[in-house]
Amino acid sequence: MNLKSKSPALYYLQRAAFYLLVIVIGVYLLAPFFWAVLTSLRSPGDLFLTPTQFMAAQTTLSNYTEVFANPNFQRGLLQSLIVAVGSVAISLLLGAFSAYALGRFRFKGKAVVMYVILAVSVFPQIAVLSGLYTLINTFGLYNNPLGLITSYLIFTIPFTVWVLTSFVRDIPGELEEAALVDGASPLQTLFLVLFPVMMPALVTTGLLAFINAWNEYLFALTFTSTNRTVPVVIANYSGATQFDQPWGQIMAASIVVTVPLIILVLVFQRNIVSGLTAGAVKG
Amino acid sequence: MTVNAAPQPTKTRSIAAARARQAFWLLLPTLIAIALVAGYPLYRTIYFALFEANLTTPDQRTFIGLENFWFTTDDGIALGFLQDPKWWGAVKNTLQFTVVSVFLETVFGMIIALVVNSAFKGRGFLRTAMLVPWAIPTVVSAQMWAYLYNDSFGLVGRGLLGGVALLASSNELLGVEQRIWAMIAVDVWKTTSFMALLLLAGLQSLPGDMYEAADMDGASKWTQFWRLTLPLLRPALLVALVFRSLDALRVFDIMSVMLGNVSAARTSMTGYARQALIDNQLLGMGSAVSVAVFVIIMVIVVIYVTAFRVRFD
Repeated sequence: MNLKSKSPALYYLQRAAFYLLVIVIGVYLLAPFFWAVLTSLRSPGDLFLTPTQFMAAQTTLSNYTEVFANPNFQRGLLQSLIVAVGSVAISLLLGAFSAYALGRFRFKGKAVVMYVILAVSVFPQIAVLSGLYTLINTFGLYNNPLGLITSYLIFTIPFTVWVLTSFVRDIPGELEEAALVDGASPLQTLFLVLFPVMMPALVTTGLLAFINAWNEYLFALTFTSTNRTVPVVIANYSGATQFDQPWGQIMAASIVVTVPLIILVLVFQRNIVSGLTAGAVKG
Repeated sequence: MTVNAAPQPTKTRSIAAARARQAFWLLLPTLIAIALVAGYPLYRTIYFALFEANLTTPDQRTFIGLENFWFTTDDGIALGFLQDPKWWGAVKNTLQFTVVSVFLETVFGMIIALVVNSAFKGRGFLRTAMLVPWAIPTVVSAQMWAYLYNDSFGLVGRGLLGGVALLASSNELLGVEQRIWAMIAVDVWKTTSFMALLLLAGLQSLPGDMYEAADMDGASKWTQFWRLTLPLLRPALLVALVFRSLDALRVFDIMSVMLGNVSAARTSMTGYARQALIDNQLLGMGSAVSVAVFVIIMVIVVIYVTAFRVRFD
């Protein structure tokens, strides 16, 4: 404010530079996504146009109709949904139990358990790839969504336990004490008293774990052949020949699997930021 | 992780013991699951690393000790992967990828966080825009950028670079060392906003009156950043750095999608391990490489945590 009266020219120059920076950041963050959306709405022949002609070219939904007609993509969506929902549901249930124990109970060895869970969350997936691959084959789970659901627990469980624990710790203790005084068992306390309070935390954590499972690539590529999830389908999306990449369709498929995530993320914006920081900054 | 610092309750011993028992039962399912999906597979990977076996027939294995790591035949042929220059190339490229991309993400993330933390019109919009690259799956962002890099259609490849086939393996002019920069650009775009989100949360927890005091004392914004903001942001910054570095060291998706699995084996440690294990069907060798990747990453974690005294609580 001082600068505004002292030297207006410098002040407005500073503001202009600042807004220029804001615009550069906005363009940097959104331009690649915008271009992908635009490409998904153009016919393959338009790809050769110059950028300005390309933007002005006619909008068509043909890429989307072709993508949705593609049986691999249809199956991929279904597989992704099954795998992500399955692994998230299991981890939320187990994670809530553990978070309750870790956030509310005092017992020996708690620090050790927390360290083990933290260590697993930094495990490189490749370290278990060969062990899991042979196990999955032994149990006949290769190319089976159950195999992926199980293997995804390696990253969804530590994440949910960690984030939920930090939420549970912040719940006031009176609630639970009242339940205990009334003679409720720990499970009753958890399900009837804490779960309703934890609902926002469960939604946020579940959403973040869902995004991780939905995006996973290495296990999906390695443990399935035909029952592929969407990241693998999109990575291998091919045209008529090897050299003919159907970019319009690839972009359409990319938008289809991304837009639900973006909408969810925008709806739960506030919770997500607090969930992320609970998971990372606080530990 | 601090043990819960609640005030010592005046409970009797038996209640404490009962609570401990209940906690054990609550934790048991998680511990069993972790043992099954992480502990036991890790043990098997380490075990298989000492054997020679085909991926399809793990039961027919021969114990060869550490020969997967280092072994020279009588004819002087080196068979261990530690003797393979391609492995060391993958290690070098992964480390370069990690150091450069995490550095750039931190700098850009800090700039974005500082901008969004100040008051201006359109702040809410920028804050929302930050979430977009983060929400996009890695494979999708790799495909989006592969398209942008494309030499005949891409905005970057055709426009900025004038038709250089940055990714095509047929382009003999570009080695893996040059292509790694294209991968770094993708990773920086995708994860800068994650970094910015974490730093922004840290910034918003800083006391505002501290800056007012600094203003009164005539400290410039520049001085305030280096003397106040950065030191106070250190804990948040370090934890973000650890998580980002670990993620970058595990990189595989971007290389696999943009360059294919063969080149991914030369640019990412995970890619090299996966090629040995899956594409070449060498269970023992693939496991040995995986163990090496595991050890490298764990050593880096320990260095980080001890050198910066990162505290996770």
